[in-house]
This record gives sequence, C-alpha cells and structure tokens, in this order.
Amino acid sequence: MTSKINVQDKSLLPTLLKKQKDSPFNFLSEDDVNSIAKELKLSRSRVYSTASFYSEISLSPRGKHIIRVCCNAPCENAGKEAIREAITKELGIEIDETTEDKLFTLESVNCLGACFMSPAMRIDDEIYGNLTPEETVKILNTYKKEHVDE
Amino acid sequence: MNNSAQNDKYVFNFNFDEYLDIETYKQRGGFSALESALKEEQDNVIKKIKQSGLKGRGGAAFPSGIKLEMVNRAEGAEKYIICNADEGEPGTFKDRFIMTHIPYQLLEGITIAAYAAGAEKGFLYIRHEYPKPRKRMEQAIKELEEAGYLGKNILGSNFSLELQIFSGAGSYLCGEETALLASIEGKKGRPQIKPPFPTQSGYKGFPTLIHNVETLTNIPKIIEKGPEWYTSLGTDDSHGTKLISLSGDVKNRGLYEVPFGTSFHEIIYEYGGGPLEGHTVKAVNIGGASGVLVPPDRLHVSLEYGTCAEEEITIGSGAVFVLDERRDILDNVHNRVRFFLHESCGKCTPCREGLRQANILLERFRNAEASYNDLEKLERYTRVMQDASFCGLGQAAGNSLKTSFHYYRDEYISKIRNEEPAEVIA
Ligand SMILES: Cc1cc2nc3c(=O)[nH]c(=O)nc-3n(C[C@H](O)[C@H](O)[C@H](O)COP(=O)(O)O)c2cc1C
Ligand code: SF4
Ligand code: FES
Repeated sequence: MTSKINVQDKSLLPTLLKKQKDSPFNFLSEDDVNSIAKELKLSRSRVYSTASFYSEISLSPRGKHIIRVCCNAPCENAGKEAIREAITKELGIEIDETTEDKLFTLESVNCLGACFMSPAMRIDDEIYGNLTPEETVKILNTYKKEHVDE
Repeated sequence: MNNSAQNDKYVFNFNFDEYLDIETYKQRGGFSALESALKEEQDNVIKKIKQSGLKGRGGAAFPSGIKLEMVNRAEGAEKYIICNADEGEPGTFKDRFIMTHIPYQLLEGITIAAYAAGAEKGFLYIRHEYPKPRKRMEQAIKELEEAGYLGKNILGSNFSLELQIFSGAGSYLCGEETALLASIEGKKGRPQIKPPFPTQSGYKGFPTLIHNVETLTNIPKIIEKGPEWYTSLGTDDSHGTKLISLSGDVKNRGLYEVPFGTSFHEIIYEYGGGPLEGHTVKAVNIGGASGVLVPPDRLHVSLEYGTCAEEEITIGSGAVFVLDERRDILDNVHNRVRFFLHESCGKCTPCREGLRQANILLERFRNAEASYNDLEKLERYTRVMQDASFCGLGQAAGNSLKTSFHYYRDEYISKIRNEEPAEVIA
C-alpha cells in the first residue's frame, strides 16, 4: 500500500536469524540488536519489536543444542508429556530452561510436520519421531557424547 | 510405482522411497509443461488453469485461475509470486513431503504460475521448523538456475524469474497471507485489513500472487496432461486429488493422495487401515487445529468442497487426525485453545480475550470445578470469537470448541460440579 517501506526491510528477519545462528548461545544480545539497527538503518525499537514477535528468536542466552518437543494435539495424544518428563529427568531442566553446562535448552514447539511419527522432537536441525522415553534418553546421550569427544 | 496406468490417476504420485533428482524428473516428462507454457500466450495458460477448476489448497479454496488472472490484469510496475510453505497447521505435513520428494514439480509449478501472472520476482516462504526441506529447496533452485529453468531468460524466452527463499521464524500466524507479507517486509507478522487484496497490492504494494505449495505443484500436471484429464479426476464438484496428512490413532499414519469424492471413512479405514487393534474411533479432527471434531457416524461424508461446506466440515489443509476411545475430548480442545492463545497476535479483542477466557474455563472443566454457567460462557465466547475476530486465526479457533459442544456435550456436563439445576442451561 502507500506506506513507505524501506528497501532494507526485507533483510531484517533474515539478518536476525543469521546473527542468532552465529551466536554460540543461540540468542541475540543487546549489542547484536544495536549493530543490526545500525547496519540496516532501522530504529532499535523497530528491531526489538520484530525480534520479540517471533518465537524462534531469543533475547536471552540458550544452550548449544536446542531441544524442541512438539506440544500439539497429535503429539500430546501420542505421549509427548512422558517424553518431556524423560528429558527433564535426564537433564534437570524444565521447558525454557538451560542446563548449567550450557549444552542444552529445552523448549516447547508447534507441530514439526512429523505427526506421522508422533511423538516427535527436534534437536537443532534433526527431527526424531516415534519416541519413547528410553529412546529419547539414548538420543540425548549421543549429543552429550559428541560434546565429550570434541 | 510408476506404471502409466497408476500415473494417470495421480498428480503427485509420491514414491516415499525416492528422493527425485533432476535427471529422473526430466526423464519422466518434467519441465515439458514449462516448455510448452512458455510458448503459449499467458491468457491461454490461465484459461487451462481455470478449466481445470483448481482451487487453493492452503485452506480458503479460492479458484486458482481467477487469482492468476487478477494478478495478470492488475496494474503494477513489478509483480511478485509467493509460494506459501509456512505449513503451520498442526497435523499437516504434505508441503514438507512435496519439498523433500518432488521439489522440481513445485518449482516448475511456481515458474508456470509466475509466467501466467506476469511475475518476475518471488519468494518461497518456508517455516523455520523445516530446515531440511529448506536446504533441499535451496539446492533445487540452484540446479534449476544452472539448467536454465529458472533465472534470466528461462529456456531462451523473454521470461525471467528470480526466486528467493525466505525463512519464517516460528509464527503460525505468518501463514496468513497478509501477515506473511508483513513478515517478509521485516515487521511483526500481523494480518492487515483486506481489501486491498495481495493480488492488487501485495509485497511492497505490488500485485502479488500467493499460493500454497500443494496448489502450485498441481500446475505442471494440468498443463502437461490437459485440463480435461484433470477434471476427470475427482468429482463434478471438486476436481483433482487432495493430499491428506493422516495422524493419530490409526494403523497406518502417513501422507496419502486421494481423489476428491473419497469418504472420510475410506480415508481412515482403507488408506489408514482403521483404528489400532482393540480400539475404536471416538472422534476425528478434520482440518487441523483450525478444524472441526466429528463423531464416527459422520465419516460417510465425502471429501468434496461443496459437500463438506454443507456438512460444516473444514477440509482446510487436509489434516485428518484420529482419536480413539482413550482420548479425552476436553484435553484435545484445550490443547488447541492453548495453541491459538500462544499464536494470537493480540490485535483484536474477540480473539485475544476469547482465547484467554476459554483457556481459564477449560481448565476449570478439566479440574471438574465448572458450573453450567461456565458452559454457557464458554459457548458465548466461542460464538463471539468466530463472528467478530479480525482474521482467520480467531475465526477458526472456535471450530473445535463449537463442534465439541455439539457432539460431545456429555463430556462437558460430566465435568460440571453437580449442585446447579439443569434448567439453567436452557
Ligand atoms: C491463521 C492462518 C494461517 C494460515 N496458514 C497457512 C499456511 O501455513 N500455508 C498456506 O498455504 N496457507 C495458509 N493460510 C492461508 C493463506 O492466507 C492463503 O489463503 C493461502 O496461502 C493462499 O494459497 P492457496 O490459494 O493456494 O490456498 C493461513 C490462513 C490463516 C488465516
Ligand atoms: S483474530 Fe487473533 S490473530 Fe487475528 S488479528 Fe485478531 S488477535 Fe490477531
Ligand atoms: S503434532 Fe507433533 S509433529 Fe505434528
């Protein structure tokens, strides 16, 4: 419509996502927000307002691996709560918490498009389905092990 | 999987063991539709899509040919095409399978649609939860550019299309077309008032064609095999096939391509193999979180736009989710209310407040602390939310509530603290 749209605007969301991806703690710091505002010639409040609208963007530090457990009905009926409990028990974190070693953050997420294998979760870019609590703990251990091996 | 008799009944013809490569796609006739379309007048291509009766598969079922024509006829120094791959409706996974298994058919469809609409730039808006499909599409776009099917002067013609991938950031609402546009423009993904429709004033105010992944993936087959072939699939009311994402308590969960006219009973019992051993179907949720809950005795209804509209069944994205006798209806309705409450942008009161109240009231029911008055309130909030919400999110959020009051009222009543007299509900 007639409202003037900055040509740069198209890159705001991609820039936020990229910056977050580059952060070792998967989040955008105040410095990040300031530098993006400067780079794209937008106001800080504009950058904040967009950043805070999207659930994939975090304004507080997160772990190296983000575990996202699907919370929608197909996964809930298939036993998502038992999966969530197994993770909490194994790692000692609830939803939206990070382990002390900063290795894992646990989040709740909407449908991963994996309901043909509910219950499902995502760790970073990998999707796991047909989960059982035991299987989930095994998967977590592969991430822990990978970390020890580094 | 690929004998021609079978091929002729399907538009997508998925082979789940196969991740198609570009050469195989070409050998099977891929890009022949694009080649022939580019030699035709734009209006001729539009005419074929119109004759096919193809309707949008993203939920609203608007005729694709008409939308193409609107963008083609709209005034604009530039025109855009946007493929909506936000696939946010819980229980839906069709677009993801298209992107991972048959990405070239989707890209060919986008290119033909862009040509017909007169759009030379565009976006593929992919939800953030789909990192692998996104990588697959990035690679496929590159391959097509190298092979001359995308980019400048496609196949030596005057037509060029510059296609970019845009990643969402975890907002269901961004699947709504005007919110999606706001999101690409770097704003909060909030819906905008319509009109103007995106066909007139979309991305940066230019005429923009927005179609769902599944809709666009139909187009190469319509051009290749002709609209008559396409209308021979399905029924007189609804042509072609529909992708059904089947989940929940059935033997064979998965993605199925079914001709329109198939009954929901067949979808669940024949395609899906019926309920799990020793269990019975209690309810079926059709159309995802935005959809309705129907009892087993309504499953004879056939998947057709007209019939489903009459029967108040929302086909939506084609998600079919089965609940057996172990499932609690109120738990399921509450799950959806929490989903919408989380995803609501809060711009309008009926949606924001309606969902907040519904959440509180459902909690009360689930704790068996509710009264008849609470049921009456919940029904009232639901009505207001459906009638007065600004966008489709709030309007559709009431569907599972409303159908649960109608078909599963007993489950609410059984959770009411008993002291009040029954007359109060009248
Ligand atoms: C809350 C909401 C969410 C939506 N999400 C999607 C989506 O994820 N994918 C989609 O294709 N359409 C979605 N839509 C519909 C779009 O607004 C639009 O109608 C559609 O992309 C048009 O494509 P079609 O004509 O091919 O159906 C959504 C609508 C609403 C109201
Ligand atoms: S209906 Fe809900 S999501 Fe849509 S504009 Fe209103 S508050 Fe926002
Ligand atoms: S509902 Fe969990 S992956 Fe779809």
